[in-house]
Amino acid sequence: MTTKPVIAPSTDSTLSRRSFFMRLGILFNGFAAMVVAVPVVGFLLSSVTRGRANGYLSWVPLGRIDEFPEGETRLATFRNPNVMPTDGKTVDTACWVRRVAAEKFQVFAINCAHLGCPVRWFPQSGLFMCPCHGGAYYRDGSRASGPPERGLFEYPYKVENGLVTIQAGELATPGAAIASLTGEKPPCA
Amino acid sequence: MRMITKMGEWFDHRLQLAAPIREAAEHPVPRNTASWFYVFGSAALTVFLIQLVTGILLALIYVPSAGEAWSSLQALNHQVTLGWFIRAMHGWGSNFMVAIVLIHMAQVFLFGAHKYPRELTWIVGVFLLLMTLGMAFTGQVLRFDQDAYWGLGIGASIASRVPIIGPAVVKLMLGGPIIAGATLSRFFALHVFVIPGLLMGFVCLHVLMVLKLGINEWPMPGRVVKRGTYEAEYHALTKSEGAPFVPYAVWKDMFFAAFIILAIAACAYYFGPFGPTGQPDPTIIQTAPKPDYFFLWLYALLSLLPPSLETPFLLIVPPLVIIGLILLPFLSGEGEKSWKRRPIAVVTVLMIAITLGTFTHLAQFTPWSPHMNAWSGDPVPDRYIHGTTALERQGALVFQVKQCRNCHSIGNTGGQRGPALDSVAVRLTQDQLIRQVIQGGGNMPAYGNNLSPAETTALVAFLETLHPATQGPARDAARDMVLGYSKPKTGPQH
Repeated sequence: MTTKPVIAPSTDSTLSRRSFFMRLGILFNGFAAMVVAVPVVGFLLSSVTRGRANGYLSWVPLGRIDEFPEGETRLATFRNPNVMPTDGKTVDTACWVRRVAAEKFQVFAINCAHLGCPVRWFPQSGLFMCPCHGGAYYRDGSRASGPPERGLFEYPYKVENGLVTIQAGELATPGAAIASLTGEKPPCA
Repeated sequence: MRMITKMGEWFDHRLQLAAPIREAAEHPVPRNTASWFYVFGSAALTVFLIQLVTGILLALIYVPSAGEAWSSLQALNHQVTLGWFIRAMHGWGSNFMVAIVLIHMAQVFLFGAHKYPRELTWIVGVFLLLMTLGMAFTGQVLRFDQDAYWGLGIGASIASRVPIIGPAVVKLMLGGPIIAGATLSRFFALHVFVIPGLLMGFVCLHVLMVLKLGINEWPMPGRVVKRGTYEAEYHALTKSEGAPFVPYAVWKDMFFAAFIILAIAACAYYFGPFGPTGQPDPTIIQTAPKPDYFFLWLYALLSLLPPSLETPFLLIVPPLVIIGLILLPFLSGEGEKSWKRRPIAVVTVLMIAITLGTFTHLAQFTPWSPHMNAWSGDPVPDRYIHGTTALERQGALVFQVKQCRNCHSIGNTGGQRGPALDSVAVRLTQDQLIRQVIQGGGNMPAYGNNLSPAETTALVAFLETLHPATQGPARDAARDMVLGYSKPKTGPQH
């Protein structure tokens, strides 16, 4: 009966059969990881890439034109165009609608241009005030005082068949598409 | 008894854990580290375990859905037996955890425990701090109420300021274009799986390094750390005046741990759970969102920074602070450990504590926010009206109706955004008052478009009466020369 020699790790630099297979195994696993990583990363980034492909923005109705008296600013709400079953009330969004003249409107995002808190309209003083850090805006949405660096975000709007419609679908932040659609641009853009 | 011993032996024959556990428990520690100053690390671990247990209990009821999270919290508070107590424990546990981690960090720094060879222990600790803050923020989001909703909006607004990738970061953070169901779900995944998993791994690493490298000896002024000799010195120290960790030092950790558990339970019992505040319905805009206690300083900072500095500050300072904390043990890896010989270290800790404390204090009464209901809710005090003319009273009305009061207080009520106006007539002449009202400036909106000439005249007439009885209103001397001096009108005595 012959005793099998103990396999010692080879010390020479030539590639042994077993370490070749180990390296092949690592390579094979790397390939498998890459195959799986593509859908995983695609899934993780879907909220970003989807926005780029067909866009999150679409036209949503706010209400009939006669709901907004001329010269006044009224609160309106709309349902975000992209709804998921678990969204609950969060898809309902508020905005300020200012009817300047017959078919001339300004539709402001509710979010303060500073850090997104909900601004409130005070018709008596003609100001929008923010409860968080004290930003204030004039009736036309331009910056009056406080920390905001720009005026309120404005939604593009159109009036069709007596219906006021706005282009919405994204949270109004300084980097969002809505920030550059209308109104003044941030100083660094 | 013999049965138990036998069973124990059976298990240990297979697990072989008894010897290493005994070795870890009885490893020698320098005698004077058995101190009440050395209990904060184990206390942080204790609170972490409480958070794990109470978190799992909450997950039995909580529904991470934007449509139902708020009602499931209401059910926990009001329907499920002792649900309110578990929520309160978890909420207070979170506050205690941040506080203890910060105290632990300050103590470690002041005792020079971040120096050679414990640099990596410190760095892992920095990541533990960041994860603790991450847990605090994501936890606040899971309490899906108005504060959580608008807090996410603030987070998104900050993220969107990152150059180029900002909008993508926002969508990644929110899981879509708006704050909605996907947002809550991903914060749930972060709060319940991702961060706790990392936290557990890092805690194990942190504790393992404390065991392997030994607890930091009590810093003695003059006992200087040198890379070449420190380990031999530490070894000699634990040999000459060492004592086994169990039971010599551990009893203090155990007492403090029990004290902390009872303190959290007492806070939970007496003060109850946090929120939830109003429903996360974005169409309800009558809200003044505020972050949780440990982010109040940031809230204050964002109100007080000059607008143009804000974005650079938000994007540059946090990475610099984190890099600074990570580099700290390499920049001061040797030398004196004792706080008695490190005045700059002591001053730095005090400065940071005072700064954060001041900002937190300010954020509790938010002097920068307009009081939205002051104009209709806070009356003009009688003494400001008594004995005034019809024009001045009309001015007081304009003052209220035009919401001046939301930012300016008189008689100590009203907003604090602008200066109090109780003695404004002493500071500004009639012309200056008119100019300030019409043109604004100095962080005040211009009211020129919103006041008729009659309203402006009345308002300024009222403002001119606002001066102490002993001090006359400010006058423009040049105007007196041109138009002739008229005796200043005496306002109401107050």
